[in-house]
Parts: sequence; C-alpha cells; structure tokens
Amino acid sequence: MIPLSAPTPAGPPGPATAPAAPAAPAAPAAPPDPSAALSLRGLWKRFGQKIAVAGVDLDVPAGSFYGLVGPNGAGKTTTLSMATGLLRPDFGVATVLGTDMWADTDAAKRLLGVLPDGVRLFDRLTGAQLITYAGLLRGLDRETVAARAEDLLVAMDLVADRDTFVVDYSAGMTKKVALAAALIHAPRVLVLDEPFEAVDPVSAANIRDILRGYVDDGGTVVVSSHVMDLVQRMCSHVAVVAGGHVLAAGTVDEVRGEQSLEDRFVDLVGGRKDGEGLAWLRSSSASS
Amino acid sequence: MVAQLVRLKLTLMANTLRRSVWQTIGIIAGGAYGLFLVALAVAGAVAGGTVDPVTTGAVLVVVGAVVVLAWCVVPVFAYGVDATLDPHRFVTYGIPRRSLLAGLTVAGVVSVPGLTTALAALGVAFAWWRSPAALVAALVGAVLAVALCVVGSRAVTTALAPLLESRRSREVLAVAALVPLMLVGPAFGWFAQRASGFAVDGDATGPVLRDLAAVVAWTPLGAPWGFAAAVHDGAWGSAAGRLGVGLLTLALAAAVWDRALRRTLETPSTSGSSGARGKGLGMLGRLPATPTGAVAARALTYWRRDPRYSASMAVIPLLPVVMIFAGQGAGPGASVVVLMLAPLTAWVLGFSISNDIAYDHTAFALHVATGTAGRADRWGRALPVLLIGTPLVSAYAVVSTAVTGSWGALPALLGLSLGTLALSTGVSSAVAVRWLYPVAKPGESPLKQPQGATGATMLAQAVCSGLTLLLSAPALTLALLAMLLPSPVLGWVTLVVAPALGVLVLVLGVRWGAATYDRRAPELLQRVQSYA
Repeated sequence: MIPLSAPTPAGPPGPATAPAAPAAPAAPAAPPDPSAALSLRGLWKRFGQKIAVAGVDLDVPAGSFYGLVGPNGAGKTTTLSMATGLLRPDFGVATVLGTDMWADTDAAKRLLGVLPDGVRLFDRLTGAQLITYAGLLRGLDRETVAARAEDLLVAMDLVADRDTFVVDYSAGMTKKVALAAALIHAPRVLVLDEPFEAVDPVSAANIRDILRGYVDDGGTVVVSSHVMDLVQRMCSHVAVVAGGHVLAAGTVDEVRGEQSLEDRFVDLVGGRKDGEGLAWLRSSSASS
Repeated sequence: MVAQLVRLKLTLMANTLRRSVWQTIGIIAGGAYGLFLVALAVAGAVAGGTVDPVTTGAVLVVVGAVVVLAWCVVPVFAYGVDATLDPHRFVTYGIPRRSLLAGLTVAGVVSVPGLTTALAALGVAFAWWRSPAALVAALVGAVLAVALCVVGSRAVTTALAPLLESRRSREVLAVAALVPLMLVGPAFGWFAQRASGFAVDGDATGPVLRDLAAVVAWTPLGAPWGFAAAVHDGAWGSAAGRLGVGLLTLALAAAVWDRALRRTLETPSTSGSSGARGKGLGMLGRLPATPTGAVAARALTYWRRDPRYSASMAVIPLLPVVMIFAGQGAGPGASVVVLMLAPLTAWVLGFSISNDIAYDHTAFALHVATGTAGRADRWGRALPVLLIGTPLVSAYAVVSTAVTGSWGALPALLGLSLGTLALSTGVSSAVAVRWLYPVAKPGESPLKQPQGATGATMLAQAVCSGLTLLLSAPALTLALLAMLLPSPVLGWVTLVVAPALGVLVLVLGVRWGAATYDRRAPELLQRVQSYA
C-alpha cells in the first residue's frame, strides 16, 4: 500500500528556506516508511505569524527507544501533537506503523499511547477512576480495565493514593497517573511528552524500568526531553530539533560522535553566550 | 499607576479582538447595544427633566440605585467579575496597594458595561440642564455613582470569593441570594396595588415613585443620584447629607475591598478540596462499561464534585420555592408564574451542557488522544441530563399544577416540559461543539470570569437560547392554546407531540454535534488550549 500523499506539490507557503543540513538527508519526496513505528514527512504547522514546525521528516524505527531533544520552543510538542492526532498539521503526513494518522485516524490512535505535556487531566476523578475512564474510553471491557488498572496502580506506586482525587496529587504523581492512563490499552507505540518533568528520582527510575521492559517486549517509545544526560543513557535513538527543523537524527552514537550528547546538542543548536552582559546584576556593582 | 493599568487593560482588549473575529463581533454588538441604551436613557432623562424635574429626579434615583445594586450583586451569581486585571497577577511587582486599587478602579470602567454605565450616568445628569447648580451636582453625583458601581462590585466579589470557593457556603449563599428574588413577586404586587389605588386620582405612579425615591435617595445605593435632586430643590441640608452618605459608602466599599484584597493576596486560597477522598469507582463502576457509559459516568461525577457545575445545580431544587413565593405576590398572573417552573427547569438543565467542552478545558485532550467517537462524547454528556431531568421535570410539573389547582393543564404542561428538556439538550449538544466560550478553569472559583470574553459568551448563549426558543415555538404554541382555550384534547395532543418534537431535535442535535465533533476534535482541543 503506497500512501497517497507525497509532500504537497504546491509546497508550504512563505520563504522556502531549506532545513539546515539534516544529518541523514532523506529525499524530500520519500514516502513514509510503513515499517517505522512513527514516520513523519514534511510536517508543517503555523500559528498566526509563527511557524512552529517547518517541514519535519523523521522515522522512528519499530522497537526503538527514541529521544526527541531540543531547546524550548523548538517545536517538539507541536511535532508530537501532530504525530499523535492532537493537532492537525497544515501540511505533511504522519503514519503510525504504516497507518496514516490523518486519513485513518481511529485505527492510528488505537496503536498509540499518548502522554501530552501541558494539558490538564479530569482531576476531579480519583487516580483509579481516571485510569478506568481512559480504559473504558478505549473500548476495553470492564474486567480487562479493572485488572490492568490494578497492575498499573502497583507499577506506578499509586496504590495508597488510588482513592485520592487527582487534583490533590503532586506533580510527579500526576505524571504517573497520566502515564498509566496512556498505557491501559497496551499500545504498540508510546509517545511521551516530557514524561520525567517534576517526577522524583525514584519514580523516574521506576518509570524508566517500565519503559525499558516495554521496549524489550517489542514496543516503541518516543520521549521528548531537554535533559540530555537522561536521553543519552536511556535512548537508543535521538533526534535534535530546533526552530521547527530536525537538525540531526539517528542512533545516539551516530548523532553524538565523539562528544557527549549535551556538547553535540549545543554545537548543533548554537546560542551559547559568553559571560558578558548583565553587568549590573553582579552584587559587587553597588550602583542602582 | 492608573495610566499604566488603563493602558494595560486597553492592550488586553485589543489583543482579544485580534485573536478572534467572534469576540470582536460580540464586543461590537455589545457596545452598540450599550450605546443604544445610553442614548435612550439620556434622551428620556433630558426630555423628562425639561418637563417635570421632580418626577424625573425620582425616577433617576430609583433606577440609579437599581443599577448600582446590579453592579454589586449580579457578578456574584451570574457572570463573575471581569478578571482581566486580576489583582493576584500584580503580587510579585510590589505595587503599593493604594495605587493598585486606584488603578484597578479606573481600569474597571474601561469595559463595555463600565463605559456604558459611565456614559449613561454622565448623560442623564443633563436632565438638570435648566439649573446649573444642580447640573454640576449631578455630574459630581454621576462620577461618585460610577465609582461606587466599580468599587462596590469589586468589594463584594473580593470579600465573598473565599466563601464561594467552599461548596457548603456557596450553597448557603445561593439560598441567601434567592431571598431578594422571592421578594420581587410580593413587591410587584404591593406596587401594583398602590398604583391602582392612586389610579383613581388620575396620576398613578408619580406619588408612589416620589415616596420610594425619598427613601432610596438616603440609602447608600441611591445617595449619589439623590444629591442633584436635593440641590435642585434648594434643600442644602439634604444635599450635604446625601453627598456625605455617598462618599462614606464609597470610602467604606474601598476599605472593604482593600481589606479583602490584602487577605487574599497574603494567603492565596487554593481550590477547596484538600484531603477529600473518593470511594472505589463511583459512577464509572455502575454505568455500562462502554465509551458512552464512561463519558456519562464522568459527567455525573463532575456535576457532583466540580464546584462550577454543582453551583448551578444547587439552584435547581430551590427554583420551586422561589417560583411559588413569587407567584403568590403576583396576583392574577400567579398561576402562570408557577406553571413556568417545570419548562424553565427543563430549559436550564439542557442549557447546562451547552459549553461542556470548555468546562473540560484541556483535559479534553484525553477524549482526542483516545479517539473517542463523537457519538460517545455527545450522547455521554446528554444522557445524564435526560436521566436526572426526566423525573425531576415531571415532578415539578405535577407540583406546580397541584399548587395552582389547575389539573386540567397537566397533560399540556408535562408534554411541554419533557419536550423542552429533550429539545434544549439537543440544541446544547449541537451548539457545544460549535460556539465555545472561555469559562472559569477547573479548580478556579466559579466567580472568575475569564479575560475579556463577555462578547463570545453573550454570542454563544444568545445562539443557544435563540435556537431553543425558535425550535420550541410549535410545542409552546400548542401548550399555550391547550391551557388558555382551555382544550383538554389539545392538552393530550401536546403530551404526545411536544416530546416527539423534542426527541427529534435531540437526535438531530446530537447527530450533528457528533459529526462536527468527529470532523473537528483536534480543532476543538486547540480552541480550549487557547483559553489557557
């Protein structure tokens, strides 16, 4: 089955600045890879005057633990939202294991578990209720939902707080319960936007174990993060995103070469300033 | 500080205009309507002032007092105070509270209702154009009155905000709010009686009004408006007294606002539900284990547990009390008022889900991410309304016919009420995926009105109410004919036809809503995300 939509002939409007030298240059007209867990082609999104994502091409191999890194405002969340069906792209194609997200939305969403960043939860439900709600919305039957919700509460260490309203959860607990809600239908691909933000080290380690086990069993995980260290240790693949473009993508070793991922990242993205400026902020300068 | 805050407010308004065409249309429509009212009021006042200054003065005092009262009371129960310049946002800037208050007051006038009130207040002052001294006094009074409107509304809402965030006290307050409502009926009756008593003397309303105005002009609400009248009459003692009352009220309101603000700034309250625990799965374990059932269970849970829903739900059981009380004072129209109870409740219940997705706020992302079908989302939200509404509305219909003793009207009334419930729910199900407007976010006080959204709110609510009214017209006509003729046959026809029409609208509305939802779910999510 050949996906219909090769990047639109008209192309995106505006100045056609080519993406700054991608590390693995994919031919612009290459069709989405049906074997990839997630395959993005020419994704493009503009909000008003601001172009948030300007033609992202990315293939996430099935079975990989994929890190998406980039500075603030790089377009990570926008890219992931378009890949997971939360935001309609202006142009471009996103496929999940060969299923076109924006043509066969329901089938694609069934394959995906999503942890969006910066959205609320139905926080007047208790933790157990929220997980159950997600399971029922996915169309699972009551017994399956009950059994899996129980397992997830144990895995996320939320058993003691199962009957506490999510509104009273700490930030880390909230992330964990949202992750549980994303896992309940046993998705084949898991897309997590900033899953470790505000999560304490112990919980983060537990979540990492869960995710690693999931990948070992054939699942695919995509995480966005701006903690380079974490990505370098945890992920098999990484893509560096900035200014709405993919600057580099591949296995972690390919991307970082001889450097640490963090140094490579700074090289790619640029923007380090030497310590001049803000002289007045130094407490020694007593002037007002 | 004043200039900065006014400029900030204007910038915020301009920005909302730039963001949404609908809000622009809303504000322009609201502004045009406001200007129309102002023109009407000023023309009336000037004409009246030329012919009969005394009566005009009395009218101004009474109407003015009602306006001030409305400013203070309406935000508590209906719209919430406009939180464009929420004082809490200025906490970190270390602005002296005194200049912050002054700035917020002036900036508070810069809004559609604020400017309308200010223009009207200054305009009607020209009713006194024949007496320069009174004109000057009226202009002073107008400024005082507008200040009182703004400061008074802020004082009341700020002082009550902590109270309203806990559910118990909000329910108590809802009851308290109904007391003046209950008095409306008897007051009308009393007024009508007095008016008809005087009708024999020819001039019906004049003396009553003057009696009333004489009292109101000394109250905190009416004093600023009574000042000019006293100057006109040359009653310098009264003038000084009324000015004093007005100034004192303003000072007092400012002090209350200041105190309340300091308290909320120093100990910001968080949402009131700490430590509470749910039990088991609740409704999610009881309703069918399907996506539709899950949405319905979640909606029911929220009606109970989310203050934004439960606040409006708390009013429903009190409606019969109010209506029956109001009906008692209304004389000949009594039974009509009481009979309105059931259809009105049905309409309110249906209306309550007309902006459901905005109430979810970004939690709605779960529905989008899980690929929840439009059918499940729409029916899931509509079913709880019908489940709760059907027995409730039926009971209200029976109660109101029992109270008025008009058993003959029962079939028509029951038909109309059940039909309205289904119809209003159907209209809401369709409107909710098309005309959204920002509301207080989850966990916020139900009183918090989001930034400059009055226009969008008014438009959406007008569309929803207008559509409901339009589609109810056949059933309403039928029911009215059955009750007024009176025709028992038509009554039974209504009992069949009105619910049938209602169910038709319900099914079509939910279908259209579901289709729209399926097409636009990501756009809906983007929309509620913009309300952040």
